[in-house]
Amino acid sequence: MTGTVEKDPYTTDEMMTVAASRELRDGAVCFVGIGLPSEAANLARATHAPDCFLVYESGTLGAKPDVLPLSIGDGVLAEHADSVVSVPEVFNYWLQAGRVDVGFLGAAQIDRFGNINTTVVGPYGDPKVRLPGAGGAPEIAASAKEVIVMLRHTSRAFVEDLAFVTSVGYRHGGGSRQELGYSGGGPAVIITDLGVLRPDPETKEFVLTALHPGATVEEAREATGWDLKVAGEVDSTEPPLDEELRVLRKLRARTERARGTRA
Amino acid sequence: MDIGQDESQSIVSRSQDSGVRKAGKIMSLREAVAEFVRDGDSVALEGFTHLIPSAAGHEIIRQEKKDLTLIRMTPDLIYDAMIGMGCARKLIFSWGGNPGVGSLHRFRDAIENGWPEPLEIEEHSHAGMANRYVAGASNLPFAVLRGYVGTDLPEVTSTIKPITCPFTGEELMAVLALNPDVTIIHAQQADRRGNVALWGITGIQKEAALSAKKVIVTVEEVVEKFEARPFGIVLPSVAVNAISIEPRGAFPSYADGYYDRDNSFYEAWDPISRDRDEFRGWMERHILGVDSFADHLRSIDTEEAAR
Repeated sequence: MTGTVEKDPYTTDEMMTVAASRELRDGAVCFVGIGLPSEAANLARATHAPDCFLVYESGTLGAKPDVLPLSIGDGVLAEHADSVVSVPEVFNYWLQAGRVDVGFLGAAQIDRFGNINTTVVGPYGDPKVRLPGAGGAPEIAASAKEVIVMLRHTSRAFVEDLAFVTSVGYRHGGGSRQELGYSGGGPAVIITDLGVLRPDPETKEFVLTALHPGATVEEAREATGWDLKVAGEVDSTEPPLDEELRVLRKLRARTERARGTRA
Repeated sequence: MDIGQDESQSIVSRSQDSGVRKAGKIMSLREAVAEFVRDGDSVALEGFTHLIPSAAGHEIIRQEKKDLTLIRMTPDLIYDAMIGMGCARKLIFSWGGNPGVGSLHRFRDAIENGWPEPLEIEEHSHAGMANRYVAGASNLPFAVLRGYVGTDLPEVTSTIKPITCPFTGEELMAVLALNPDVTIIHAQQADRRGNVALWGITGIQKEAALSAKKVIVTVEEVVEKFEARPFGIVLPSVAVNAISIEPRGAFPSYADGYYDRDNSFYEAWDPISRDRDEFRGWMERHILGVDSFADHLRSIDTEEAAR
């Protein structure tokens, strides 16, 4: 260290997690996927949204993990949960019944209307890359009142044409999602490591509405496989607060320690 | 093999006809797999990343079962191993990965390159699979759900079809019932009468067991009496054909109340399974070359200690 002031004391992934966590309202019933969504949701629960109700697809309702789960079946999700139900119950009685306010999803690929591919890259019958598949995502995308998507911003992920539609966003844009008869409202926001995209109210095409500190419009365009539209006025995301970073890093450190002792 | 409920006979009467549905009986896992799992069967080894029946998967590999239709919502390491060893003709699933680590390399190699043999796939969402088991357990031909509409899944999966509600005219999706020939699950405990207790995250195990024609359960231990536990379930002995005692039988996954996930094994599986020869060599040393799951655990411990 030469004594110069560190200008960028957080990573772009930390900024993405913090930005996503801020989207979660206190008290919301939130259906959470493992990985980045789980980290963001638990950061929210440990900061501004202590009463958000986390639902994991393994059937844990009101989960309060003190470390991040290693997988969806991690006992830490059941330990302090308000209830633990079967997988059919969590999908049928909770998600499909409209009891979930916010669905938190990751994605391998996404298009301009927020449709998601987690199935395959290349032709289905002769795939270049076989991805894990649908998991719980199609019904979260269908039935959660709104969906928050978070993924790193790269031109491999933000594509013009999806190889496969695993989960529906705004389909072909405009009113085309409504024709599908789903109760859920669709993706409200896409949070990346560069910025924030929100759907145009009419066309439902995702538009760059905010940039994280240090990121540029050019960078975001470069990392998007379609001609990315940019809002007239692009907001600047507030950098992570000291409190947010402290809580996030403690959560990660606790998780790492737990992984070490479990091994 | 009989995946769908395509006959009007109930699951239970069919199994009783074949004389196998007696009160749960304790036998070795080798005997249970030899007696109940036949080449060409549809077999579900369920566990929603908790209580994974790993010991049973190894026994299937050791007995060189072939042409199986493997069913599992979340195929993971043990399915990767069975696929890589050529046990499977087809996989019915909703999410295939090494949870928290990355890809399943044997699963991908089979689908992308047809190694060691082509693998037919039938894929659903979790909600679709869960409802297929519910329909199977309920002796119904199909289940109905709100989902799949607008996705590409119905185009590639023939067991998803649109259906019109006869009361409202609303269009919904139907998924074909699942009735595995055999379901295998791992549970914490059995009692001496052959009842089975599971607790913690119990996932889809009850539905998978009750939809099957034959049920094998591996358990951590046999106890005199179950304790009451919040959110625990008991599978009565009349729904179980065989019980095998396999301590640590869900390794490397969790068994709530007994052990946590061995995360280092999940990470180690990535290099073990990435290369075909490395994988074969490991399987020969640690699964084919041992007699039981207990021996397997000793053999990986010994290799680890020698490092």
